[in-house]
Amino acid sequence: MSASLKLTNVSKAFGQTQVLRQVSLDIQPGEFVSLLGPSGCGKSTLLRIIAGLIHADEGDVQLNAQSVMGLKPNQRNIAMVFQNYALYPHMTVRDNIATPLVMSRMGFWARQPLLHRFWPGNHSIKQEIEKFVMSTAKGLQIEALLDRKPGQLSGGQKQRVALARAMVRSPSVFLMDEPLSNLDAKLRVQVRDELSDLHLRLKATFLYVTHDQTEALTLSDRVAVMDAGQVLQYDSPQNLYQKPDNLAVARFIGNPQINCWEMKVDGLGRLNQGQWLVQGTMPLSAHSTVTLGLRPEHIQVSDNPSLFASDVDVRVKVRVMRVENHGPDWVFWAEPDVSKSVPLTVRASNRSLAKVAVGDSLWIGWALQDCLIFGANGQRLDINLIPGSTT
Amino acid sequence: MKQPATSTGSQLAWVGMGLAAPAAFLLVVLYALPLLSLLLLSFTDYELGATALRWVGVENFQRAWNDPVFIRSLRNTLLYMAIVIPGGVLLSLWVALLVHQRTRSRSFYEVIYFLPVTSTLIAMATVWQFLLHPKLGFINAALRAVGLGETAFITDPAWVIPVLSFIGLWQMVGFNMIIYLAGLAQIPPDMYEAAEVDGVVGGWERFTHITWPLLAPTTVFVVVTTCISAFKVFDTVLALTQGKSQSEVILYAIYLEGFQYFKMGYAAALTLIFLGLIFVASSIQLIKLDKKAHYA
Repeated sequence: MSASLKLTNVSKAFGQTQVLRQVSLDIQPGEFVSLLGPSGCGKSTLLRIIAGLIHADEGDVQLNAQSVMGLKPNQRNIAMVFQNYALYPHMTVRDNIATPLVMSRMGFWARQPLLHRFWPGNHSIKQEIEKFVMSTAKGLQIEALLDRKPGQLSGGQKQRVALARAMVRSPSVFLMDEPLSNLDAKLRVQVRDELSDLHLRLKATFLYVTHDQTEALTLSDRVAVMDAGQVLQYDSPQNLYQKPDNLAVARFIGNPQINCWEMKVDGLGRLNQGQWLVQGTMPLSAHSTVTLGLRPEHIQVSDNPSLFASDVDVRVKVRVMRVENHGPDWVFWAEPDVSKSVPLTVRASNRSLAKVAVGDSLWIGWALQDCLIFGANGQRLDINLIPGSTT
Repeated sequence: MKQPATSTGSQLAWVGMGLAAPAAFLLVVLYALPLLSLLLLSFTDYELGATALRWVGVENFQRAWNDPVFIRSLRNTLLYMAIVIPGGVLLSLWVALLVHQRTRSRSFYEVIYFLPVTSTLIAMATVWQFLLHPKLGFINAALRAVGLGETAFITDPAWVIPVLSFIGLWQMVGFNMIIYLAGLAQIPPDMYEAAEVDGVVGGWERFTHITWPLLAPTTVFVVVTTCISAFKVFDTVLALTQGKSQSEVILYAIYLEGFQYFKMGYAAALTLIFLGLIFVASSIQLIKLDKKAHYA
C-alpha cells in the first residue's frame, strides 16, 4: 500500500528566482511528513514536483526506489489534495469522486460526453466505480452528499469530498497542500484529528505542506522545516523544539517566538553581562559572538527572587511593557531594569501568576540548561551553559 | 415638538413610494411610455408629417405578413444570425484560448483583435468595400491568382449575407474574446492541476472537462449579447449595400419604411414584431442556459 519517497538534490528556478536549492528528503513508507515554512519558501513547489505537475530543473524523485521523473502525475500512484479543494463545480460529488477512476478505467472514447452512455462494457465498469465511490464516501461519512454539487457544500464537507477523490484509487502517497487553511479554527482542529485517524487507517505515506507549525507538529512523524528553498532541518517535532539545528528553526518553531539575544564571549570564554556570568560545558571561543535562545515558556515568574525553584540560575528584575491574556496563559513583554538588556517575551500559566499588568515590576528567572546557544553562523552549539567561575 | 415613537405601516409605505418615485418616473418616461406609444402607433396609418391619422386595427401586421421585403429581411436576419452566433461564440472562444496562453505577446494580440470593435464601422466599411471590389479588391485579386475567378461579393444576392456575416464576425470576435479572457482568468489554476493528477490529460479533455464547463456562465452572456447584436445588424447594410441585391435585414426594413417612406404606423408594427422576437429569444436563452450554467 504505502510507498517510500526519496528526493535527491531537487532544484528549481522560475526565471531568475531560485525556488528550490538541492532539496533532499527521505520519507519512509507510511510516514507522515510535513513541509513547514513561510509562504514562498518553495514547499508547494516541491509538492508539485513530487506530483509531477512541475518539472524539476535537476534532481530525482523516487517512489519505492524507482525514479518517477518521466511519469505523468496520474501514473505516479499519488493523490493530491489542494488548498482550495479544486472540486469540479459542474459535477456532483459522486462524479467528482469518480473522476480518477473514470479516467483510469475507461478508454478515451468510452468516457466522452454522450458516447459514454452507449459504449459497450461501460455498464459494468460504471457499477464497479460506483462501488468504490460508495465505500470511500462511507469511510468519510459523506454518502448523503453524493448527489449534491460542490457549491452546495460547506468548507468541511468540500474538504472531505476532496479527500475522498484523493482516496478513491488507493494511492500509496498522499500529497496535501495546506488542506486546512480555508477552514475556520474550530473545524480545522476537527479535520486535523480526522486526518490523523485517516493516516492510521490507510497506512499510506502522507506528505503535508503547511505554514502552521501546530498542524505540522501535531500531525507529523517528522517535519522538514524549509526556508528560501532549502530544508533547514528534517527531524521529529520534539527535536525541532528541543534541539533546533539553527537559529532560523528555533525562531520558526514555538509560540510565541523564542527570545534571542547576542552576547560577546570574553577573553576567558565566558559570557559576562552584569549580574550573570556563565560559561559553556565546552569552551566557547574567546571574543566570538554567540546568540542565546530562551523559550518564553521556560521563564519563571515570581514577586520575590528568593522564591524561585532551585534549578533557576539566573534572576532578573523586570518591568512589564505589554500584556496579552491567552486564557490559560499570560504572554507579556518585560524589560530588564538593567540597561542595555533586550526585552524578553514571557509565557506564564495563570496558575503561577494570578494577575499581571503593564507597569508591574517583578522577577523572572530561568535555568541555564534551558538556554540554547547558537554560534556566529547561526548553527546551534551542542553545549550547555553552567554558572561561570570568576577564575 | 413631539416625535412619534414608531412609524405606522401606511407612513412607511408612503416613504417607500416616495423613495421609489424618481426611479419609477424615469422608467415610465424612458421605457413604458415610448413602448406604449409604439404600440398605439402600430395600429394606425400615421405617416411622418401627416396631420391626421386613422385607426387601422391589425392591418399593419397583416401587411407585414404579406410583405415580400419584410419576409426577406426576416430570412436574411435569421441567416445572418445562424452564421454570426455560432461563429462569433466559437471563434472568439478559440481566439481567447490561444491569446490566453501567450505571456509576453498577450496584450499585443488583445489590441489586434479588439481594434475592429473600437474602429468606426462607416470608415471600415469603405475598407471592406475596397477589399471586396470585383476588379480592384485584394480578395478578388487573390482569387483570380489561384484561378477561382472573381465574385461580386457585395452585389451577388447569394453572397451578400454571408459576406455581411463575415464582417459582423470580424467586428464582434474581439469583444467576445475579451469577455472570454475574463472568464478564463476566473478559472482557478489548481483546477487544472487537480485534473492532471486525476488523469485528465491532453488538451481536448482538459477543455471538455474543465474549461468549457467552467466557462458556461461566460458563454451564456456571450451567446445572449451576440444574439442581440446580430438581431440588430444595420450599419453594415446601410454602409455597404443600402439594401440592394436583396440584402435587407429587419432593422433596415424598418428604417426604410419609417424614415425613407415615412410610413410610421407600419414601421411601428415592424418594430413591435422585432422587439417581440428579441424578447422571446433572450428569455429562452436566459432561462434555459442560465439554469445549466450556474452550479450552485
